[in-house]
Amino acid sequence: MDQSPAPLVEMRNMSIAFGGIRAVDDASVDLHAGEVVALLGHNGAGKSTLIKILSGAYRRDAGTIFVNGEEAQISNPRDAKKYGIETIYQTLALADNVDAAANLFLGRELRTAWGTLDDVAMEAEARKVMGRLNPRFQRFKDPVVRLSGGQRQSVAIARAILFNARILIMDEPTAALGPQETAQVGELVKQLKADGIGIFLISHDIHDVFDLADRVCVMKNGQVVGTARTQDVTKDEVLGMIILGKCPPGAIPGPGAMTMAA
Amino acid sequence: MTEVTSNAPLEGARASELGPVARFLKATELDTRMLGMVGALLVIWMGFHILSNGLFLTPRNLWNLSVQSSSVAVMATGMVLVIVTRNIDLSVGSLLGFVGMIMGVTQAMFLPRVIGLPLGDPTIWIIALAAGLAVGLVIGALQGFLIAYLAIPSFIVTLGGLLVWRGAAWWVTSGQTVAPMDATFRLMGGGPGGSIGASWSWVVGLVACVAVILMLMSGRAQRKRFKFPLRPVWAEVFLGILVSSVILGAVWVANSYPWPAGTVRRYAEANNITIPEGGLFISHGIAVPVLMAVAAGIIVTFIATRTRFGRYVFAIGGNPEAAELAGINTRWVTMKVFMLMGLLASFSAAISTARLNASTNAQGTLDELLVIAAAVIGGTSLAGGVGTVAGAMLGAVLMQSLQSGMVLLGVDTPLQNIVVGFVLVVAVWLDTLYRRRAQ
Repeated sequence: MDQSPAPLVEMRNMSIAFGGIRAVDDASVDLHAGEVVALLGHNGAGKSTLIKILSGAYRRDAGTIFVNGEEAQISNPRDAKKYGIETIYQTLALADNVDAAANLFLGRELRTAWGTLDDVAMEAEARKVMGRLNPRFQRFKDPVVRLSGGQRQSVAIARAILFNARILIMDEPTAALGPQETAQVGELVKQLKADGIGIFLISHDIHDVFDLADRVCVMKNGQVVGTARTQDVTKDEVLGMIILGKCPPGAIPGPGAMTMAA
Repeated sequence: MTEVTSNAPLEGARASELGPVARFLKATELDTRMLGMVGALLVIWMGFHILSNGLFLTPRNLWNLSVQSSSVAVMATGMVLVIVTRNIDLSVGSLLGFVGMIMGVTQAMFLPRVIGLPLGDPTIWIIALAAGLAVGLVIGALQGFLIAYLAIPSFIVTLGGLLVWRGAAWWVTSGQTVAPMDATFRLMGGGPGGSIGASWSWVVGLVACVAVILMLMSGRAQRKRFKFPLRPVWAEVFLGILVSSVILGAVWVANSYPWPAGTVRRYAEANNITIPEGGLFISHGIAVPVLMAVAAGIIVTFIATRTRFGRYVFAIGGNPEAAELAGINTRWVTMKVFMLMGLLASFSAAISTARLNASTNAQGTLDELLVIAAAVIGGTSLAGGVGTVAGAMLGAVLMQSLQSGMVLLGVDTPLQNIVVGFVLVVAVWLDTLYRRRAQ
């Protein structure tokens, strides 16, 4: 893989605590353009929390974020979007009572010359992007609550890629999907990767992401166990990292790795 | 995914299976829920008309109904936005009382006695109204701030407000009623003087019709530009004719209600007009408070559907967390909703103070419940995220129709309350059934 000198995004020594519990403890992770990094770990390992700091949903206690080698100030979701960081949340984070176009443009509405909402233009854009993702999607007038799980997922994905994202965060993107739709998301990830977008894939299930990812980063109890290129490690070794925190020889150990001497 | 995604040929096939009524509804894109409400209103009107031996559907009664509904209707438009954001405002009745007191004292005591403006000075009503609006806005902002930034539940903040502002209304004059109001200010309350007369009513009606037709045409042009499915031409024409005839019909009714004989005699004497045999017919026309309510309805509808702020209001109601993650400043939006509510309650205060020609500390008592009931009957969901301004205004007219119909029939007040309470519960139950079926 062609690794440019400055990574697209680098999170260095991130920490955040909620009421005395260190959800993320001195974690560092980076991502290059056109690369897919899988963040793995048990439920509660801190991966979603870490990534919510990057997307602006949480404010970190310590640590620095670099985008293209420059320090980035991210303290709310709007800031993150300014840096081209888009997130597809596990819960999808859709406003259920409004239609697909309104969700796609939520917070970034197109407006007419008089400052009013340009619904027609937004729907036209929505039809374009949805046509690419899910050509059979026709229900542009329905509130998204009436859509199926897969359709809602495509709305959430469309929202993330509509605004020329450079960094895409996908939190358990296939948790609610059937096998066919999961394969569709896999295809999409490959396509976006080819476009030079850096992608964080978050999952608690290694089988979902191992084939898609270039690198894996395993977290346990808020700490990074280790980072490895997928070609250097086996699935079993990664499972060992997830469950025991044991860092295999092919991986670069992090602060959370089980000490080898013990 | 497959079973829900409808593709074009399938939809075409379905359309041909629909009956004539369903085809008609699909072509005109009319909201069936709204149609149901209009239907219920017409049934109530017909029922009262028959029970009262033809007294209900008269120009006089309908005109009065429109004036009586306007104060609650103005506040209901704002209450829709409040409830859509998953909040409630229990303080609007007390707020109306307090602001009404402020307006009354400003025009009847402060300006003439302290500042020394002569009675009837043309600036009096403007200053009084502006003072009231400012107070309403500030109170709304204060309550909104407590709710949005200090995260105190709106139920509690406005319940506190209900007590505080009612008490404050008493405090302004230690409970004394303030009267009379400034002559110009009183126009906002309706009456023969506070109506715009026959010719201006026709002008307003015709302008409204032209606006409706232009809106239909520009909507069609927009859809054409982006090649979206269009309504059939006959459906567009039908809608245009329907809405125009409702508007012109309402104007005709308002114009059919003449000034009372005494007022006509005084007017004739003042203007040296000799009254012809059989009396002089001077129309009321549309009342000023009704125009204010319609204007409030149009403006708030515009805010709710055509502006970013309105979109955010609905998004917050649908999913507050998603709205926050999408980068919306949800707290500021919530605070602005309460500021708007305070402003609208002040307009209602002006209407009801002007109509009564006095400010009393009990004004607007229990109005909060009428306003909330109007919004809820009008299809606003207390779970948030759903509601229309037009529905709430229709709800206000429906509640007022019930009340004034029962007054006309001589029903005792306790029984009136029982009926209104019963209707509210049944209406919301029917709405729940409708929504479950629509899902």
